[in-house]
Amino acid sequence: MFELDRSQKEIQKAARDFAKGEFDNNLTLELEANRKFPKKIWEKAAELGFIGIQFSEDYSGGDLGILEASLIAEAFCCVDSTLGIALTLSGIGSELIARFADDKLKEKILPKICEGNMLSGIGFSETNHGLDLSSINTCAEFNGDTIVINGKKTHVANRGTKGAYLLLCRTGQKEEVPSKAFSMVWVEGDKKGITLSDSGPKFSTNMMQSADITFENVIVPASNLVGKQGKGQVLLEKFYNEIKILTAAQSIGIAQGALDRSLSYIKQREQFNRKLAVFQITKHKIAQMAEKVELARLITYKAAYLFDKGKAGSCLISMAKMTAARAAVEVADEAIQLFGGYGYMKESEVERFFRDAKMTELSFGSPATQKDIIADAIIGRIK
Amino acid sequence: MDILKFSKEHNLFRERLKAFLETEVTPHVAQWEKDHIVPKSTWKKMGKAGFLCPMVATEYGGLGGNFLYSVIVGEELSYTVHSGLSANVHSDVVVPYLDSFGSKEQKEKYLPGCVSGDIITAIAMTEPDAGSDLAGMKTTAVEEDDHIIINGSKTFISNGINCDLIILAAIDPAVTNKHEAVSLYLLEATTPGFKRGRQLDKMGWDSQDTAELFFSDCRIPKTNRLGDAGSGFLLLMMKLQQERLVCAMCAVFAAERIMEFIVEYCKNTTLNNKPLIRSQAVQFDIVEMTTDVKLGRTFIEKLCADHMEGENVVIETSMAKYWTTDMVNRIAEKSMDLCGESALLESNIIARAKRDVRVMSIFAGTNEIMKGIAAKFMGF
Repeated sequence: MFELDRSQKEIQKAARDFAKGEFDNNLTLELEANRKFPKKIWEKAAELGFIGIQFSEDYSGGDLGILEASLIAEAFCCVDSTLGIALTLSGIGSELIARFADDKLKEKILPKICEGNMLSGIGFSETNHGLDLSSINTCAEFNGDTIVINGKKTHVANRGTKGAYLLLCRTGQKEEVPSKAFSMVWVEGDKKGITLSDSGPKFSTNMMQSADITFENVIVPASNLVGKQGKGQVLLEKFYNEIKILTAAQSIGIAQGALDRSLSYIKQREQFNRKLAVFQITKHKIAQMAEKVELARLITYKAAYLFDKGKAGSCLISMAKMTAARAAVEVADEAIQLFGGYGYMKESEVERFFRDAKMTELSFGSPATQKDIIADAIIGRIK
Repeated sequence: MDILKFSKEHNLFRERLKAFLETEVTPHVAQWEKDHIVPKSTWKKMGKAGFLCPMVATEYGGLGGNFLYSVIVGEELSYTVHSGLSANVHSDVVVPYLDSFGSKEQKEKYLPGCVSGDIITAIAMTEPDAGSDLAGMKTTAVEEDDHIIINGSKTFISNGINCDLIILAAIDPAVTNKHEAVSLYLLEATTPGFKRGRQLDKMGWDSQDTAELFFSDCRIPKTNRLGDAGSGFLLLMMKLQQERLVCAMCAVFAAERIMEFIVEYCKNTTLNNKPLIRSQAVQFDIVEMTTDVKLGRTFIEKLCADHMEGENVVIETSMAKYWTTDMVNRIAEKSMDLCGESALLESNIIARAKRDVRVMSIFAGTNEIMKGIAAKFMGF
């Protein structure tokens, strides 16, 4: 458990080498400024098997686990936080297809995701604040062989007409208990009745544009239902568990990347005729940054390892996500401070690492949401 | 009991400023943030309306007011949630060098323009290799007959693109003691050999025209030296107290604005059919954050009062600068957490607020330098 095996180390190294060879800060800054998705890099990453490594070989995946996917996410984010996030989330939502859809839907979707032919996004929330089941009004009506969708989703990654979306829809009556009221439906972006409205610039990851998406009598085949009808809430939790591990992995990559950059900077930058690295305050800052990365990595790998064994619950996973994201935010913030004025400049990278770290902390549930989940699991039901 | 005593004149000034900012600034902020600069015409309007350099004596066109006018300007500007129109940098950080140390001729020549907004100022201290270690600067000033020849470069200079007049710190390479080598100079932006470098892309302060400046054989008259030769370091040390106090003040004001926003957000946003503010954890967060801000407010008001009485509050000012700027960053981040995913959209003002306040713990002397100064003056 405390050491990766040889093939895992090889995957880690391959991912790192790929990122070092392909990622480039100037390119990232350009993509960020123009809000353009890194299409070429994504296609190349897919070609080399870095996308969907956790999915079955039958569907062009790598037949490996979430631990291996995490190692890739970490390696990518360490080299470039924004590109790393964009690649890791390129097929977001397809996790549920892989785990719960029938073979026909898997065959239709997963190879496209793994081969870099399709980007996907998740349409869950209907308020900007984040997911709130009580506010979900988008409904999916079954009509023989088809499903008709009406409603509006907020803050969805804009994947264009070639992309697709996993939608959380109400399929039961408004009075129905949440555990039976929702379903997950896969919707291709080229369907008639889909209207996108740009959410505008974002705090980070502008290369992934967000949009509010309106669905007006959008018709998809009934086979696009993911999992069982009415089981949306359960699937939602499963989805969150899987994506939160990958988010934690992104966070540790970001934290490590910020630490690495700080280390090179303090060894090279001189003030008062001394390297920054010889000041005790600098040393202690670095020590704490390294400690945070180490702890975050431990819990993240543990969650990923147990997930692959079917033994990770939402309690441990939420702890991992919360811990790793906090580590990323704190380490990247300290990196900016060590860089001084340069740290505040876009060219320094660490300011972007900080913003991306904050995104990992606020996505898929804020720290307060993670605490609610952890507490519920630990305390249990009080009579 | 109020620590700071605002007079009727102060309050009238505030009302006029509020009205000015509402019509001339707030509606344009979004555009300026996109343009990465505030038009010079707005600086002029602000000057003509009497809101620049209120502390300058009336004979030079100012109000001859006390430091409370600066407090008012900083506080009212905080409502505009942008940093481009950095009136406090101009009025309270740069111009005071001219006002306090300038000769009668220098003051007559430049001060009226600084007050009217026809002259926008910048102070050029930081260099690529001299940030925290100011005495490590390499820009040289060499006397040649009646002139001084300037060579070198400066970076991270606020108002770098808009500035008409620069207060420049440079060393005489013939002087070996680093601290005695520095002098301050008044350099007009029209001086041949002066070039503005690229405007710097930053995490925040999007509307502020921070830039690199280059000086290549810039010839300025010897009479443009500010104060005595070799006094530069001392003059800087004398004025940095006010700069850091202004910085601490602005940190508290920004934190207060963030609190106003986040409390409203938590009242108006529901989760599971319940306003966020009804959640116990949210309430405790808001209470803790408000406590932080109130501590900061009390601290800076006391310091402003002491500063106005001419007391040496270098230790407390260093402490206040580091504590308040860290505090506003805590408040901004916690507010992002409370906003959840919506904080990731720039349409949420908290996103910009966080990007803007991050620089405060770095500029005007990093917070590490602040702790170093406090430790030194505490005799350690």
